Amino acid sequence: MIRNFCIIAHIDHGKSTLADRMLQLTGVLDERSARAQYLDRMDIERERGITIKSQAVRMPWTVSSGESAGSQHVLNMIDTPGHVDFTYEVSRSLEACEAAVLLVDAAQGIEAQTLANLYLALGADLQIVPVLNKIDLPSAQPDKYAAELAHIIGCEESDVLRVSAKTGVGVQDLLDEIVRQTPPPVGDANAPPRALIFDSVYDTYRGVVTYVRVVDGKLSHRDRIKMMSTGATHEMLEVGVISPEQTKAEDLGVGEVGYLITGVKEVRQSRVGDTVTSQHNGATQPLGGYQHPNPMVFAGLYPIDGDDYPTLRDALDKLQLNDAALVYEPETSGALGFGFRIGFLGLLHMEIVRERLEREFNLELISTAPNVVYDVTMEDGTRLEVTNPSEYPAGRIAEVHEPVVRATILSPGDYIGAIMELCQRKRGQLDGMDYLSVDRVELRYTMPLAEIVFDFFDQLKSRTKGYASLDYEPTGQQVSELVKVDILLQGETVDAFSAIVHRDDAYSYGVALAGKLKELIPRQQFEVPIQAAVGSRVIARETIRAIRKDVLAKCYGGDITRKRKLLEKQKEGKKRMKMVGRVEVPQEAFIAALSSDSGPGDKSKR
Amino acid sequence: MPSTLPEAGAAPVDGSLPETALAEVGQRPFGLYVHVPFCSVRCGYCDFNTYTASELVGTAARASYVDAVLAEIRLARRALGPHELKVQTVFLGGGTPTLLQPEELGRILTSVDHEFGLADGAEVTTESNPDSVDAAALAELREVGFNRVSFGMQSAVPHVLRVLDRTHDPLRVPLVVEWARKAGFEQVSLDLIYGTPGESAHDWQASLDAALACQPDHVSAYALIVEEGTALARQIRRREVAMTDDDDQADKYLVADAMLEQAGLSWYEVSNWARDQAARCRHNELYWTGGHWWGIGPGAHSHVGGVRWWNLKHPTAYIGRLAQQASPARAREMLDEETRRVERVLLETRLRDGLAVDVLDEAGRGRLPQLAEQGLIQQDPPAGGQVVLSTRGRLLADAVVRDLLP
Ligand SMILES: Nc1nc2c(ncn2[C@@H]2O[C@H](COP(=O)(O)OP(=O)(O)OP(=O)(O)O)[C@@H](O)[C@H]2O)c(=O)[nH]1
Ligand SMILES: C[S@@+](CC[C@H](N)C(=O)[O-])C[C@H]1O[C@@H](n2cnc3c(N)ncnc32)[C@H](O)[C@@H]1O
Ligand code: SF4
Ligand SMILES: [Mg+2]
Repeated sequence: MIRNFCIIAHIDHGKSTLADRMLQLTGVLDERSARAQYLDRMDIERERGITIKSQAVRMPWTVSSGESAGSQHVLNMIDTPGHVDFTYEVSRSLEACEAAVLLVDAAQGIEAQTLANLYLALGADLQIVPVLNKIDLPSAQPDKYAAELAHIIGCEESDVLRVSAKTGVGVQDLLDEIVRQTPPPVGDANAPPRALIFDSVYDTYRGVVTYVRVVDGKLSHRDRIKMMSTGATHEMLEVGVISPEQTKAEDLGVGEVGYLITGVKEVRQSRVGDTVTSQHNGATQPLGGYQHPNPMVFAGLYPIDGDDYPTLRDALDKLQLNDAALVYEPETSGALGFGFRIGFLGLLHMEIVRERLEREFNLELISTAPNVVYDVTMEDGTRLEVTNPSEYPAGRIAEVHEPVVRATILSPGDYIGAIMELCQRKRGQLDGMDYLSVDRVELRYTMPLAEIVFDFFDQLKSRTKGYASLDYEPTGQQVSELVKVDILLQGETVDAFSAIVHRDDAYSYGVALAGKLKELIPRQQFEVPIQAAVGSRVIARETIRAIRKDVLAKCYGGDITRKRKLLEKQKEGKKRMKMVGRVEVPQEAFIAALSSDSGPGDKSKR
Repeated sequence: MPSTLPEAGAAPVDGSLPETALAEVGQRPFGLYVHVPFCSVRCGYCDFNTYTASELVGTAARASYVDAVLAEIRLARRALGPHELKVQTVFLGGGTPTLLQPEELGRILTSVDHEFGLADGAEVTTESNPDSVDAAALAELREVGFNRVSFGMQSAVPHVLRVLDRTHDPLRVPLVVEWARKAGFEQVSLDLIYGTPGESAHDWQASLDAALACQPDHVSAYALIVEEGTALARQIRRREVAMTDDDDQADKYLVADAMLEQAGLSWYEVSNWARDQAARCRHNELYWTGGHWWGIGPGAHSHVGGVRWWNLKHPTAYIGRLAQQASPARAREMLDEETRRVERVLLETRLRDGLAVDVLDEAGRGRLPQLAEQGLIQQDPPAGGQVVLSTRGRLLADAVVRDLLP
């Protein structure tokens, strides 16, 4: 009587809040322990009000009405993240389910991740349960959006359920409906056990906790298990279910979702997508796995205090235990010293990793501007992959490939003109346009990922008053006319400021950055020319005039202590300077110059 | 005992000094500073520890102030030990000391003389706002023992004075100087401020001309600093007044230096010029050369033998402590050897007499050739010589100091 489903939606449409109501209605969570978005367990999730990691919970449910009223079931629910950076979390959750609740905010309607996640769920052959949420809002338009949703899924408007995750209205009926619509899991209870690992988490107290969905057979806490990809065997220390915290069990049977604790020390030994079987009489055919998420965006992260380098390395090692998507390798910058080049899933992922490093490990970091990976072919046929703009070759380049994505933009029809203009400026190619309803348009573009990483999302939001939403997925590469813009201070290239941009954007980029640096770098005792150059051609120039007055010329009487403290503060400030040749550049200048004017994530300031 | 560690800690209730500091008493000239924390209005740029009458309504601060000062003078005498300790300099600063009656200021001087004894030829200064004194008051001040007066002239240009919130009529400055001379003051000094928003180069020259026309013995010229929390800072934030400009202030410093030197006043500290050696402010020189002084009054700072301390800032708190026979000190710090060295570099580099090369550590000495080459110091001094700033170097004195220190 098991039913496995997940909740998918666009960001903020109320998945985690709906999960709260379900946890309460099923009695898994009592009044006392309840708190909003209970499943957002990480500090950073709670602070930002977003879900980053999927969470599975088991809940008992007795159907309350209809033909099967009174029948008892076990529901496994997975709450998923909505942000595009964490799409891979959604895909692996889908593999553990037979149905997906597609939640849509009744005041917003369908948005880009609604569609993206719907297609993922359909691709995984799941039953879709369409639900409108937030019907308590005065601005809700349930009839309108029920029609929209029905049109897209191909169902009747009356099939679209209506709930308020906030007040709980309709959630009981939804649970009954989930039982009715979700196909029970199929699997061979007598076959050798096979379970799919859909998450693997390092816990300081418990070691590696592996989340699985059992497909065939049974995994018992007395078994020795085998990881099918490597053949490695482990002792099983504990099996259990999450309800809403870890609860030990005897075993996990067909269709069940739960966790395993084995002796493994590293999440790498218990890889997401691998199949677990028993050591003796194990299965021979593994289940289909997942594609490992590829980092799309790269940036250098450097400790402000060079002495913190080892701390940063350890911190990255620790974070990686729980973040399979995080990749990094050491690199050195002339301007910033020792640090790491880190690959991220997207800008929000980058922002979150950085914030966690700073907060949980007490580090102060400088990050270079994010960039994508370039494939460079030289005239002599050699090829290289450039993840750091300062490593862009100077020699004769035959061809450069840059990654492109298929971007899907959903917006009210009024903004089509503004969006098209923006996409064109961002080197987008229109692939198609459809009206999803009278006033909702879907625009599909092929666009360089670099443009999205730069400031596309902010521009899109501001040109559409926040109404447009964006989803994108990598689709390949294209050959582009790209150049590297270098920034020179007093004739010396500052590697951290180098950027790869389209030839047509080089000039405006150079002018903007040189101008910004002029504001950010304090005057020195000598004149400092700032130049932006493509190769040996200077495309923009600014000058920081020499400082003429640097003295406290005021009556300070007998308060020598204050004067000395002032000196100490100045000296402290000097320590925070990075020397670029003879020029003292404050850390703040790097931070400000390297950040685009607005934050990258759409939910960063919630 | 090895040198004491630096600490900013509680000061003893009885005002006593550590043995190490007492051991140095008498080895250096000794002075007294008396802080008078009253003004009739607060100038928009000022963040000094001073209060207007309306800020002190309902307190006995003004009425009990002089008695409290006398109590602290007695406490100082006790704390400094049994030996004779003549006072070389007395400086009444503020605030506006001349808001007190000359007779009240006289009582303070009498007490100083009674407790310590004024040295022969002691320098006895009071600051004064031009509109807080007249001929009679100045005569009385001279009578009770002051021989030096410093007037807060700031500018001679009405629109500049207005931005500074100064209430006096610029035409009064030559008058008070003349009255001071008639009264027999030996030294007259004028304070000027340059770089006030809206002050043109021409305005500044006019102020310098007006100051020089008074034939002062001494001039202090300060660049206007926008201090946090002042009315001026708020006006600038609200864009009602333009921000001060470093380049403008640098230009004006150079103009001032040229005009003052031309008129026979030479610099002896970054912001101070004097007619001759005798016209230098010996009290300020105490501050800059590691002398000893006891700062009397609310918020006053003191230094004796490597110990620095400072008093409670609010007049009623200050008076309250002394009424209980307790020291009004709020906190103190004991300087270790290195900190004392750092302070020497910090202060003496700003002087025309310069900093003895020996005070620098090896790295500091190593910086000298480059500083000379950059034209920031007058020459690369030989061992045993003095480091003296060039004119350009004076404008970059903080940078030079940072360069000379670890
Ligand atoms: N009025 C109203 N607000 C709701 C309802 N459901 C959720 N919200 C609010 O919508 C916001 C987002 O809710 P979440 O549950 O965090 O949304 P989410 O879909 O889990 O968001 P991500 O995990 O970041 O994608 C919160 O402020 C909720 O309080 C509802 O039914 N009515
Ligand atoms: C102790 S203060 C005040 C003395 C007296 N009350 C007066 O205002 O004339 C001495 C001098 O410091 C200068 N001063 C005060 N505040 C200043 C500031 N914010 N920037 C520059 N100079 C300042 C003024 O020239 C003032 O005359
Ligand atoms: S008169 Fe002097 S001390 Fe008083 S407020 Fe004005 S500047 Fe400050
Ligand atoms: Mg959520």
